[in-house]
Amino acid sequence: MAVVAKPAGVLATGARPYEGTKIPSPIPTVLQVDEELRESGDILEINFGPNHPSTHGVLRLVVELNGERVVGIKPMIGYLHTGFEKNMEAKTWWKAITYAPRIDYLAFQHNELVFVLAIEKLLELETPPKAVWMRTLLCELNRLHSHLVWLGTGSLEMGAISMFWYCFRERESILDLFELVAGFRMHTRYFQTGGLAEDVPVGFYAECQSFADAMPARIDEYEAMLDGQKIFLERTQGIGHLSAADAIAMGQSGPILRASGVDWDLRKRQPYLAYDQLDFDVPTRPTGDTYDRFKVRLLEMRESVRIIQQCLDGMPDGPWISDDRKVVLPPRHELHTSMESLIHHFKIVTEGYRVPEGEVYVPIESPRGEMGCYVVSDGGPRPWRVHFRAPSFVALQGTAMFVRDTLIADMIAILASLDPVMGEVDR
Amino acid sequence: MSPFASVPGFVEQKESFGETTVVVDRERLVEAAEHARDELGFNFFVDMTPTDYLGWGSRGVAGYWGSPPPSSTRGWEPAQRDINTPFPGSQGLPRMPEPKPKRFSVSYHLLALEQPPRRLRLKVWADEGEPVPSVVSVWPAADWFEREAWDMMGITIEGHPNLVRIIMDEDWEGHPLRKDYPLGGEPVRFSDED
Repeated sequence: MAVVAKPAGVLATGARPYEGTKIPSPIPTVLQVDEELRESGDILEINFGPNHPSTHGVLRLVVELNGERVVGIKPMIGYLHTGFEKNMEAKTWWKAITYAPRIDYLAFQHNELVFVLAIEKLLELETPPKAVWMRTLLCELNRLHSHLVWLGTGSLEMGAISMFWYCFRERESILDLFELVAGFRMHTRYFQTGGLAEDVPVGFYAECQSFADAMPARIDEYEAMLDGQKIFLERTQGIGHLSAADAIAMGQSGPILRASGVDWDLRKRQPYLAYDQLDFDVPTRPTGDTYDRFKVRLLEMRESVRIIQQCLDGMPDGPWISDDRKVVLPPRHELHTSMESLIHHFKIVTEGYRVPEGEVYVPIESPRGEMGCYVVSDGGPRPWRVHFRAPSFVALQGTAMFVRDTLIADMIAILASLDPVMGEVDR
Repeated sequence: MSPFASVPGFVEQKESFGETTVVVDRERLVEAAEHARDELGFNFFVDMTPTDYLGWGSRGVAGYWGSPPPSSTRGWEPAQRDINTPFPGSQGLPRMPEPKPKRFSVSYHLLALEQPPRRLRLKVWADEGEPVPSVVSVWPAADWFEREAWDMMGITIEGHPNLVRIIMDEDWEGHPLRKDYPLGGEPVRFSDED
């Protein structure tokens, strides 16, 4: 199997050198049992999932075991296919935004953002600074939310039940913040083409500030509970190694790639929103084992709190949405006095706005890695094609590579460290 | 002279919205992919996605068709039409969309992990039944993407080690993301059938 050469200049210091590939051959995503081993008749085939508490939804794995060791594995997906891409083709652009957050239901704000950014790129629409900063703030809150759910359920799978309650306590406060700002706890649909759907409500900044003040101490608690715990360390350290070259060859992104020593974060490398004006670090870890993938996300949560604090401090004032009346709904009060506004409102609501012909691919850094949105427009009011590059889809693609020659109990820990969200895998 | 002219099977290069698209010959895709990886440094396979252009430019949206250009008496003729001429659609559509050479496009989004990052869209065109070569040997990450392209869009991937359906059931009929596949509904068997 051809393996891609190491990239120059992005390996973090202290990265381990590449030590041979773990990618199965000839099928990169299926680990097949050695024929001689199969002849010996000691292979047990078990079906794992699709309904299993540690599969994060409905992942199905057909695992072949030699004793406790995984010698063959075939991941199967599709149990949560909901046809988002097909459905979005039938909706007008602005109605299709509603679908986007439901794809990765833990990183809803990021999904919404990537689709809205794609529309704005086609429209060449400018977003006012307040909307840009507010989007950044909400995306980082959402990153914390996603990492908290992952941390809670991921440790639950290894028996650390109390972590779950602590993480979901903070998750509740984040969802309360989303409810305050958008009216919905999840799937907010708060990002509108051109900016935000509504102005930021009174009291949001103060609530968000008290959350940002409390959060660092909570992350200390998580670290104390996990990082200082021998059982957790023994279950995660030194298993599920992934080298940088393997990670790149298998298209891994986000925390998985950074845990393998590749300093690659689109917020830094290809800045979008206000990330180029913010001061934050990109945590990387050298070895690429399960513990490192946990650690990278824990460190990322601290960085997210830093970003939230900077967003609160630097939040500009002004309009929250563009005033391009061909795309953006006019303010409600104008409908009573302005005929022009009434017509715009009617046209946008009934027919939708037209988006210039073209195709764009917009990538952002979601909590799980590179979330991309490929959009084709024929110039009409509905998208011709919408496709999401789902980081979990790619992460699960590497299941066979990750769990090759591990114990079945470790397989659970490794899967948890990949943080797959099946809604996004199957779309 | 395009910097991508040395790509094997190079057909054309397009720049739009700040993105580079390089169209290559379908049959020389693997060579082009290897060239992109080894010579041009695109070591990271980001995404692959097919698009179905069946019915492109004739979608039945109110006012979308508009009236055909005055020079044409037989309706819309792609070959005779200057796409840059403003097109008087009844709802103000500026122009008809650019005609596509074949029914399906398959786009490969590539990334070079370096600073500043470079992105490239490699594209091939295929008609119904025309196989697209597999690039799994070049980028192993293409495995599931190619299976999805087969499953959802019916693009035959030639040389894929494990080309089976991935999202739909194994015995599913049809390819759901095609434009001629209905959005909803299910087949009904009537009582007067056998």
